[in-house]
Amino acid sequence: MPNSSQNISLHRRLSNGLALGLITFGALIVTVPLFLILGTVIYRGASGLNWAFFTQIPKPVGETGGGMANAIGGSVMMLGMASIIGIPLGIGSGVYLAEYGRNKSGNIVRFTADVLNGVPSIVIGLTAYAMVVVVQKHFSMLAGSVALGIMMIPTICRTTEEVLLLVPQSIREAALGLGIPRWRTIVSVVLRTASAGIITSIMLAFARIAGETAPLIFTALGNQYWNTNPNQPTAALPLQIYSYAQMPYEQAHQQAWTGALVLISMIMFTVIVFRFFAGRGRIKGAS
Amino acid sequence: MQTVPERRPSSNADISEEPATTEATPAGGDQLMVVPKSRVGTRDNLLADRVFQGLVVLCAVTILSIVGLIVFELLHASQPSLSKFGFRFLTRQIWDPVAEDFGALPFIYGTIVSSLVALCIAVPLSVGTALFLTELCPRWLRDTLSLLVELLSAIPSVIYGLWGIFVLSPFLRVYVEPFLARYFGWTGLFTGPKYGWGMLAAGVILAIMILPIIASITREVITAVPRVQREAALALGATKWEMLRMAVLRNARPGIFGAVILGLGRALGETMAVTMVIGNRAEIVKSLFAPGHTLASVIANEFSEAVGATYLSALVEMALVLFVVTLIVNALAGLLVWSITRGMPARALA
Repeated sequence: MPNSSQNISLHRRLSNGLALGLITFGALIVTVPLFLILGTVIYRGASGLNWAFFTQIPKPVGETGGGMANAIGGSVMMLGMASIIGIPLGIGSGVYLAEYGRNKSGNIVRFTADVLNGVPSIVIGLTAYAMVVVVQKHFSMLAGSVALGIMMIPTICRTTEEVLLLVPQSIREAALGLGIPRWRTIVSVVLRTASAGIITSIMLAFARIAGETAPLIFTALGNQYWNTNPNQPTAALPLQIYSYAQMPYEQAHQQAWTGALVLISMIMFTVIVFRFFAGRGRIKGAS
Repeated sequence: MQTVPERRPSSNADISEEPATTEATPAGGDQLMVVPKSRVGTRDNLLADRVFQGLVVLCAVTILSIVGLIVFELLHASQPSLSKFGFRFLTRQIWDPVAEDFGALPFIYGTIVSSLVALCIAVPLSVGTALFLTELCPRWLRDTLSLLVELLSAIPSVIYGLWGIFVLSPFLRVYVEPFLARYFGWTGLFTGPKYGWGMLAAGVILAIMILPIIASITREVITAVPRVQREAALALGATKWEMLRMAVLRNARPGIFGAVILGLGRALGETMAVTMVIGNRAEIVKSLFAPGHTLASVIANEFSEAVGATYLSALVEMALVLFVVTLIVNALAGLLVWSITRGMPARALA
């Protein structure tokens, strides 16, 4: 490195050292909040972790015990329904962009997907409210799922496009050269080749919506009891954490922290699996 | 070095025309159709091709119609408030649900100020992180560190809020705010009662939340700066920092600016964490210790309890304002990032 040379003035050497030191310090300090947050969630959440948390519904305010079984169940059901909406639309439009959309109309769709990606989640919640809740005249699991499903689409769409473009052109040509129709080429050859990347895109979208609270406040609303009916208000883990965090009871806070631990474990698990797939498939998603 | 230098950013707006052909792109969709059609395309296959194309086009059209629906619903539902208050809505300080008299200024102010505080904290840190990861970091540390930064973006905002209420706010109240009040109180930004929660807490939480996105896009942009630029600077005898400053940062400047604006877009629309720590009071106060309110937080707080058409539509109009602002901000950011990463050789800016 040149700075070992004698000719460099003291001033330049000092500012070099200072700047590089600051950059390194900055990079290391960025990881501090992560450890602080994870540490607190684990420390305060673990003490409330017990079997009842996963099997019982919330006790009335002030009583000890109870769990969040209905919220966990509600979250899982809503994420499932959101996936039914979001995954096919996301992959389909990703295929469109990569295989048919290298032109002006493709650019319009691409731009619109990016716009949708940037829409604040609370605005999407409001739209789902107007689309579903106002029409149905009551809050429902369906409305929450629609909001979450809409949020999945742009993430999956753009990542799918990206991984499909990484599939070598020669593979498409080989399939077409064998006389395989184009749709079959896309479904059985291109999508198959990119499947690892597409799975990671789904997980990425999943991790993004699993913790979403804002679009659920006035769609799914929350519920103190079990609900499996898509047309009724339902509990969700992030909603439950939000409402418990604002109660003035120590017991509720404890439940909120434990809920946070469960939620964060679900998401971290997904993200780490995603990284594993991304590394194996040599296809990087959004990072 | 990153894997593919010209890789486009994945989650932000590339606007206007994309270069017609990218690395692995067919020269044009239709030409490929022609080959199987003339040689081996039976009637069934052609029909199936049509149907398949129709299906994926339908998916794409769904995206367009969702965004169209969002715009329509927002405009439609905010109609009473739009016609009653007009543009004065944006400049008035009143928030009176009983008299049905509304103005959005305190919320716009809160949104802008909390986001600016967040940017002031997050920008130096995330640009530093990106520089460290691309230029200085030893190989063995790079993957771990970038995973850690990435995990930060995987934490749900409600957990940021929870942490903000129970850990960050007390910390700010006991340690940070007295310090700021004593040494920087003269600026007028750090005065008044110290609650812990308030504008400052919201800014800090937002800063942590937008760090990963700014860092990862800055990294992408920095990676796109040609290697020769660095080598040229070093060959002229620059120290490492001078090289970073003159060759890397200067070339990447528009892209970094884009990353910052993208972070701003995230901060403006962030809801839960902010709602939980900002204190939710619709007032304009200069001090950052004071509680505030943002566009997103007022919607989250009041929408499900709002009664009366004007009240509801005033809240929807705030969502409309939020939508338009984030749209502009994101489009601008996408344009800036795209201008750097589209694969053009970076020019040395004078």
